[in-house]
Amino acid sequence: MPFSLDKAAASYDVIVIGSGLGGLTSAKRLSYCGYKVLLLEFHHQLGGLATWFKRNGHIFDISLHGFPYGMVKTCKKYWTKEITESIVQLKNIVFDNPQFSLKTTFDRIDFTALLNKKFKIPQPVIDRFFATVAGMNFYDDQTMTTRELFEEFFPGRTDVHRLLMEPITYANGSTLDDPAITYGIVFSNFMNKGVFTFEGGTDKLIRLMTEDLERNGVMICTNAKVDRIVVEKGKVRGVEVNGRVITAPAVVSNSGITNTIYDLAGREAFTSDFLEQADAIRVNNSSCQVYIGLKKDADIEDRGDLLFTSSAPVFDSAELLDMQTHSKTFSVYYPKTRPGHDRYAIVASMNSRYEDWNRLSPVAYESEKQALIARTLIDLNRYFPGVNDKIDWLEAATPKTFNRYTLHTHGTSFGTKFEGLAVSRSIFKEVPGLFHVGSVGIIMSGWLGAINYGVIVANDVDSYIRSI
Amino acid sequence: MTRDAIKDLVLEIIKDIDEDADFEALQADQPLRDQLDLDSMDFLDIVMELRKRHKLQIPEEDYPQLASLDSCVNYLEPLLKNA
Repeated sequence: MPFSLDKAAASYDVIVIGSGLGGLTSAKRLSYCGYKVLLLEFHHQLGGLATWFKRNGHIFDISLHGFPYGMVKTCKKYWTKEITESIVQLKNIVFDNPQFSLKTTFDRIDFTALLNKKFKIPQPVIDRFFATVAGMNFYDDQTMTTRELFEEFFPGRTDVHRLLMEPITYANGSTLDDPAITYGIVFSNFMNKGVFTFEGGTDKLIRLMTEDLERNGVMICTNAKVDRIVVEKGKVRGVEVNGRVITAPAVVSNSGITNTIYDLAGREAFTSDFLEQADAIRVNNSSCQVYIGLKKDADIEDRGDLLFTSSAPVFDSAELLDMQTHSKTFSVYYPKTRPGHDRYAIVASMNSRYEDWNRLSPVAYESEKQALIARTLIDLNRYFPGVNDKIDWLEAATPKTFNRYTLHTHGTSFGTKFEGLAVSRSIFKEVPGLFHVGSVGIIMSGWLGAINYGVIVANDVDSYIRSI
Repeated sequence: MTRDAIKDLVLEIIKDIDEDADFEALQADQPLRDQLDLDSMDFLDIVMELRKRHKLQIPEEDYPQLASLDSCVNYLEPLLKNA
């Protein structure tokens, strides 16, 4: 069980601010390296955006929609056997839009067959496309956009572009105009073996991670909002939290990168060259979600685990972000998701912009939320006819909700665009002892990206502490 | 540390990372990455383990020197001569 802040000591080797999957993983790795670690979380629950909430006997997962198979190796190496063994495949991924309807396991073998037989793409083109995306590295040339990549291999085939892009847009908020490498890396990760989930739900994952951290001696404090990172003589000295300074030679911020620079460390801690880079960071978009709980005795047919649905004529990144978007995913949580918890829940997710919701008056905001729920139910009835009568809980979240719970700039649910990665990776060269971990650069995003980035940053921290 | 001891050290670290790693047919002059299905995260683990066990600081620009077993030994030999 996490402690309250008054139990924390006066100094640590490392202080981690924020308990998203990146922060939790950095804390784990650094405690494994033998450091005395303090983890501070402002919320009462750990996990950051890897979170859940309970209503009326339901448990709703916020960001458990599907991750690549690489999660198995990552959890085996950096977390525990029990966590690794809870990872299971989601075999039914559904696409339904005016251009095509299909069901897939979302892996290279099945996609190759689909592209060849259903979309009539010649085999050599498919092979060359897969070889090209699989060979992409984050340090490669970034001038080519995903749109250009698709046009090169599948010119004019908006249906193929949609098949390839739509799921990745929901996975990391990227668009056709982002660097092709960000697309290629994430898409290849999924194509390896398909889409996987965590059996038992987000609450189980975070419980197991918390227990593992406690076994490793990490001091965890919740309801502890850090007011600022204390920088003295150009170096990190610690953090100020609830009016108290706790010292440490290294601080890992799992707050957003923009929050870390502007709100926690403050502009005065950085050089103008670095600030110029930081000011150019574009935070990614946010999300809207509708949470749908079914009555205790109700059930629905298995129509797929993850449904990418749209009634828009073609894939269009701007359409997906519109408040009135006709595109959404349904994550369907059958009783198998949480063995023993015999309930059905559905989470509809849409990409969305903070500004669109933030500018509304309180009355308009409420009515837009209700309209969002109504539109979602109309779409849901296409897949589960008559589902309305089975529902006993309906609730919506907007970018403002994401902002309230994560404090992220503009409620971003996917971190930053590509340029955020270089700033995040180099912040400790600018202010010795200050590190950042969290969703950045599109590729270091999602559950797998966040955990792996936690390991990468822990390596930087270990190297730094040993050098001072 | 002798060249053989360094070789054993690297293989021991890889074994810790991936208990299923099979060294039977490993060719020392060929990339470890292709032969043992190692990814960039695995190389980071090797670097972190070397730092933990032998206080070695390997800068990021030197990571390519760890590509094959032979190149690992060549790179680590002068760094571990007193270990």
